[in-house]
Amino acid sequence: MNRNLPKWVDLGLIPLLTLLLAFSVSGLVVLSIGQNPIRVVQVMLQGAFRPIDGIGQTLFYTTNFIFTGLAVAVAFHARLFNIGGEGQAALGGVGVTLIMLSYDWPHWTVALLVGSLAAMVFGAAWAAIPAYLQAKRGSHIVITTIMFNLIAGALIGYLLTGPLQADGSLPESATFPPAAALPNMYEILGWFGIPFDRFGLVNITVFIAVLAAFLIWVLIWKTRLGYEMRAFGHSEKAAIYAGISPMKITMVAMLISGALAGLMAVNTVQGEAERLVLGAVEGAGFIGIAVALMGRSHPVGVVLAAFLFGILAQGGAELQFELGIPAQMIMVIQALIIMFTGSMENMVRIPLEKIFLTTGKKGAA
Amino acid sequence: MSENSENAGRLDAVAPAIELIGISKAFGPVQANKDISMTVAKGAIHGIVGENGAGKSTLMSILYGFYKADAGAVKINGVPTQINDSHDAIAAGIGMVHQHFMLVDNFTVLENVVLGAEEGATLGPSLRKARKELKRLAEEYELDVDPDAVVEDISVGFQQRVEILKALYRQAEILILDEPTGVLTPDEADHLFRILRNLKEQGKTIVIITHKLREIMDVTDTVSVMRRGEMTKTIATATTSPEDLAEAMVGRRVLLEVSKSPAQVGETVMQVIDLSVTDMFGVKRLKNVSLELKRGEILGIAGVAGNGQSELLEVLSGIGAAQSGEVNMQGEVLDISPKANAGMRRARGIGHVPEDRHQRGLVMPFMTWENTAFGYHNAPEYSGRFGLANQRYMMEDARGKMQRFDIRPPNPQLVASSFSGGNQQKIVLAREIERNPDVLLVGQPTRGVDIGAIEFIHQQIVNLRDAGKAILLVSVELDEIQALSDRILVMFDGVIQGERMPEDTNESELGLLMAGVDPEAKS
Repeated sequence: MNRNLPKWVDLGLIPLLTLLLAFSVSGLVVLSIGQNPIRVVQVMLQGAFRPIDGIGQTLFYTTNFIFTGLAVAVAFHARLFNIGGEGQAALGGVGVTLIMLSYDWPHWTVALLVGSLAAMVFGAAWAAIPAYLQAKRGSHIVITTIMFNLIAGALIGYLLTGPLQADGSLPESATFPPAAALPNMYEILGWFGIPFDRFGLVNITVFIAVLAAFLIWVLIWKTRLGYEMRAFGHSEKAAIYAGISPMKITMVAMLISGALAGLMAVNTVQGEAERLVLGAVEGAGFIGIAVALMGRSHPVGVVLAAFLFGILAQGGAELQFELGIPAQMIMVIQALIIMFTGSMENMVRIPLEKIFLTTGKKGAA
Repeated sequence: MSENSENAGRLDAVAPAIELIGISKAFGPVQANKDISMTVAKGAIHGIVGENGAGKSTLMSILYGFYKADAGAVKINGVPTQINDSHDAIAAGIGMVHQHFMLVDNFTVLENVVLGAEEGATLGPSLRKARKELKRLAEEYELDVDPDAVVEDISVGFQQRVEILKALYRQAEILILDEPTGVLTPDEADHLFRILRNLKEQGKTIVIITHKLREIMDVTDTVSVMRRGEMTKTIATATTSPEDLAEAMVGRRVLLEVSKSPAQVGETVMQVIDLSVTDMFGVKRLKNVSLELKRGEILGIAGVAGNGQSELLEVLSGIGAAQSGEVNMQGEVLDISPKANAGMRRARGIGHVPEDRHQRGLVMPFMTWENTAFGYHNAPEYSGRFGLANQRYMMEDARGKMQRFDIRPPNPQLVASSFSGGNQQKIVLAREIERNPDVLLVGQPTRGVDIGAIEFIHQQIVNLRDAGKAILLVSVELDEIQALSDRILVMFDGVIQGERMPEDTNESELGLLMAGVDPEAKS
């Protein structure tokens, strides 16, 4: 009676086939601008995995996407579509900047802890307002979070040309104290005597991202809060029947989601730039939506999907550099992947269901 | 269509109206119809009975062109007919009245009848033609409906007539009705049966799908029984009995009556005083309802769906709020403001088997072990170390419940949606009953539940009563109310229309109360 597909098909084969489809169509697009798709793939993969500066950069992007992908995924379990990762991450950056500049932090460990907390609090606070409006007033969270992205952009523009602007004409904050700088991956591996690319931007935050993914997995599937979130996500009526407060779940899920998005700032603002600059989030908030969709809101899926998008981000930059393919091209490929994995999944799923369920029947008969 | 029937008439005067030959249909691994053959004589009323999932609706959907059969053939009036969609069905003279009406609520009756059968670029001529035709049909078949009434303003019984009119307007010779009395009062159902008999006299052929055996006995000429996708029996109604039909449906002898000893009624546990509920549109759903619920009794609340029973259950279970009134339980006043929630009620010893197990009682994609703790998941026994849930205990607990309530298949890892309706309901019941509540609120306990499981569920409710608990039973099935209740309240339009003892009343009296008529006031 069970109409479900085997797990390996659901979680393995379907994403793989949709990806292949997306890449095939992308190949056609590449052909149409007179480039050789095979060469393009070569350049992208080399760019993304090259030992000097490539892999480090890929993992740097991956870290961003893990945070924003988890943010979307967590909210999605409570059926809240948080489109506001972009703004929440931006505010996380404000939090990091304020706390870093307020005190001469003695050691990076303290700075990392305090910076992470500040990023989470600010990201969560930025998510709290749309969450409250949704829970209390029924204002649709998709609309409000999109609007809050715009407000966040304007707010940062103001801060960097006003209160937070360092001396000089650039819209940037002052640089953080040197002791607050986070160890880069080549330093970390250096402690163990392993040589690593010194130019990639990946830093200690990547471990925080993986830890966050694990903790989110525990939260969703092992705690009662996660249980309540999932119940609410599947059926609000059932949640109310069970005495679960929709207000509480909406708030908590969005606070966790905002905090995760905010954490991204630890990677970019504290780890990379060591100051707040304009456009520090660079669309990672939106890519998080694709990552969560592709990773089917499962932390492991999110980490894998984030890695894929990390490869695309770094490899895409390389395409521009090596072959002169415009950056927009890589956005086309990303869009195709999002389209195929997110909204056109049924194109693959339905034929597969036919194949598996009919052969299953024959096996049983 | 008319050509077909004329030809058929000439070819063979006694050709059956419907002939299904070897129909098979599978959905994935599920064989919904297995090699089904069925013949319905012209001018007959034919019933199809069977449990949920027996394949009745699938079979009729094939006849109406919603599904395409994997194998088999259809003959209408002796002529092989290919029915690929509802247009083909209508062309072949087949009309269908669905269980859930397919009407546009904010259109008038006339507009609904014409919808999809308009001719020409402007509506005027079609509407005029339809108006004339409706008048004729109303006179001929006792099918009077105001053609200018807006559908959402008329009662369910009238809405159903609109559905029948739609089919007749499209010149249906064969009418299929899917669970036609599910939403009707006994009175409305009687009227429907009169209409059907009139239609039959005019030579129309009627197929009724139902799970109510009494209706089958009342109105049909022949009856077919389906079980697990197969047609197990076709028989003249006059030569069978409800017991035989039930046995053919379930595959074993079934007790249609509930065996229970006289109630040992104790002191009052719950007291509802002047409870009133106004919904978000400002409509009064509950008007000064008062009742008392005592230990050791099953208090049945009868009524047609939508007369305030749901709101009563919602307030008592903490899901909904009341604007005025009071609820006392064992001397303590319960919070009925919007601040109340279902958790508070559970803490006070009120269990709740909700009317809608799909939306409320279960989380469909949750596994059974997650569902058997649902609502009680914050109880100490379900919590483990470090604030995590004690999943091992939850699993063990689910296994025990599945065994004690005979839930099949007994695998706690299966998601709720993979169980049959009866087993799903047993999951809810096991969860609520095993918490040993002082008061159990039960809504539609056997809706969409197969006959075999009904027997079991009724027995569990009676056992709980015998253990001295108070049970408030809400059901739209009058049979169920009569079989289980120790005392009956009838609700109509948010008011308790009357109170009766089951031994001192009968179906027609209750039916009148359900329709808002007070039989005593009349006499």
